[in-house]
Amino acid sequence: MALKKFVVGCFEDEKVLFPAVEKVRKTGYKFHDIYTPFPVHGLDKAMGLRETSLHTAGFLYGLIGTTTAVTFMTWVFTKDWPMNIGGKPHFALPAWIPITFELTVLCAAVGMVLTFCYICQLAPFVKKHTFHPRATDDLFVMVIECGEHTSEDEVKALLNEAGAQEVNTQVAEEGWWIGRYDQEQELYKEPNIA
Amino acid sequence: MSVTKYESQIREPLVNGDKTYGQVTKDIVHTIEVKPTRLWYIGFYISAALLLFGAYSVYREVTYGIGQWNLNRTIGWGWDITNFVWWVGIGHAGTLISAILLLFRQGWRTGVNRAAEAMTIFAVMCAGQFPIFHMGRVWMAFFTLPYPNTRGPLWPNFNSPLLWDVFAISTYFTVSLLFWYSGLLPDLATVRDRAKTKLRKHLYGVASFGWNGSTKHWQRHESLSLVLAGLSTPLVLSVHTIVSFDFATSIVPGWHTTIFPPYFVAGAIFSGFAMVQTLMLILRKVMGLEDYITLGHIEAMNKVIVLTGSIVGCAYLTELFMAWYSMVPFEQDIFFKYRIAGPYGWSYWLMMTCNVISPQLFWFRKLRRNVLFTFVMSIIVNIGMWFERFVIIVSSLYRDYLPSSWSIYYRPTIWEIGFYLGTFGFFFTCFFLFSKYFPVIAIAEIKYVLKTTGESFKNDMSGLEEKELDSFVHEMHHDHHEEGSVKVAHH
Repeated sequence: MALKKFVVGCFEDEKVLFPAVEKVRKTGYKFHDIYTPFPVHGLDKAMGLRETSLHTAGFLYGLIGTTTAVTFMTWVFTKDWPMNIGGKPHFALPAWIPITFELTVLCAAVGMVLTFCYICQLAPFVKKHTFHPRATDDLFVMVIECGEHTSEDEVKALLNEAGAQEVNTQVAEEGWWIGRYDQEQELYKEPNIA
Repeated sequence: MSVTKYESQIREPLVNGDKTYGQVTKDIVHTIEVKPTRLWYIGFYISAALLLFGAYSVYREVTYGIGQWNLNRTIGWGWDITNFVWWVGIGHAGTLISAILLLFRQGWRTGVNRAAEAMTIFAVMCAGQFPIFHMGRVWMAFFTLPYPNTRGPLWPNFNSPLLWDVFAISTYFTVSLLFWYSGLLPDLATVRDRAKTKLRKHLYGVASFGWNGSTKHWQRHESLSLVLAGLSTPLVLSVHTIVSFDFATSIVPGWHTTIFPPYFVAGAIFSGFAMVQTLMLILRKVMGLEDYITLGHIEAMNKVIVLTGSIVGCAYLTELFMAWYSMVPFEQDIFFKYRIAGPYGWSYWLMMTCNVISPQLFWFRKLRRNVLFTFVMSIIVNIGMWFERFVIIVSSLYRDYLPSSWSIYYRPTIWEIGFYLGTFGFFFTCFFLFSKYFPVIAIAEIKYVLKTTGESFKNDMSGLEEKELDSFVHEMHHDHHEEGSVKVAHH
């Protein structure tokens, strides 16, 4: 985690945003991210992000739930404490389907949500730099990372040309930290500029 | 390829008025940022008072035992289990709206899903109280969980439908809560970023988990919502199926029927939508959300009500037919002597009127779009659905195989009623707090559908259909690389 320099361009309409994304990609600048108030379909593809594999994780969690339920009930009713219930078989698979199903769903859902929070760094008291407070309201905020050889002015000119309403430069922490949103934190002892 | 989606002009807009994204945020978040109205306080205090009365009723039941209720032999299940099934049924609409309608791509769900999901969670919490306190020694409730214990270990009976219920209800509650809260994160972040006071910024900052609207996060969020919807769809059907197993796997005449699972699920959706209507109609009026919860939304829900009400009606008739067709005298007696007639006949006919006959009025479009009529009907339906559970439980129990133990009449005590009123208090207290402190409409989802279904944008789109058709045909033409193979219709 470190401080980095970013050029921030704010767009008001997704119709302007999409050509701008294409333009930035063509010139080869590196997106830090685009912050949007709602899921804009196709934006991930336009930015060149790969498809998420969160659903595969969900499937695996579900599988864990199924096997846990079946093996546990089998062990309890055939090995640990076999009970004679109306002379019915100890291994009563049809009667275990409801619990197996519920446990599958429970594991898949809980596992997926925890994984989602982990990979998106979402948790109470987690704080991240806000590039523009209206990014959760009505602005599409494109953030481009400035490397050593990136010309800040060129990027700004490009974003202005692409139709951004507001363009500025920010030096900010790129990762997350533990903090409160009503307070500004001193993250580094000495001011260092990337 | 064009990124613009278009929607048929025939469909009515889901968001009325000339709205921008900023306006949507303001309309919905506004209620959180101002002091609640007098009406809100009145409602909140009444609910809190009911909740306190309920707490006292439960205190009596826990202290003096289950004898505080008028349950007897043979009516071991009375108001409490009736209330349990009733609340669980109500708790089905939220997940149905947010999950099943998401999979069916029903755009109108966006206006009502957030509040309906909250309602679901509160209703399931109310429902859970009844079987737990019915145990009598409520401090032993954890015995239902399969944990390694010093009694053997002795495990719960995994073949028992009552244990299936423990798993079903707790899973349903957990998954609904996760689904609801993960959907809330972006909207809580919206409130946080608009907050003017320090305390609000801090609290919503904590509650929104540091959400910032990153594209990658949205992509994962979409994937998460879709999979949770896919999981919740069979889950919501399984929960009321399993509740119906509590009855159907027994051999009590009147309960021992295979029609119970679909019949219970339809009934759950029916009563759940009625409760959603009751709450939504109040919410849109008190919060001024008529542009987001439109007459179109109300009509769509009324259509679901008339459909599920008719399914429930079919189930009632099927039950009667099967009782006659079975040629089992006990079945026939329960249905024809003790259910549709006898001392509890009035409850059967009340149920029939409220659930089957009166909702048929929703075949008229005028009535489906009438707010007052819908409100009255939603309450009638919920009364009817309470009596459905009462009829099923009590009329099957009050006359069993041994006429000497037939109970003449079962009347609840004030503490039994108090417990029920208390859950009402709990439900509405939670709902009032929710409507004050949370965005009652899914802001991000409304913004997502705004440009395709908002009123102002829809009007702009006339003629787009033709243009899109042309470009589509043009693309097809390119793909095929066969000159003249596609006939292009130019206007």
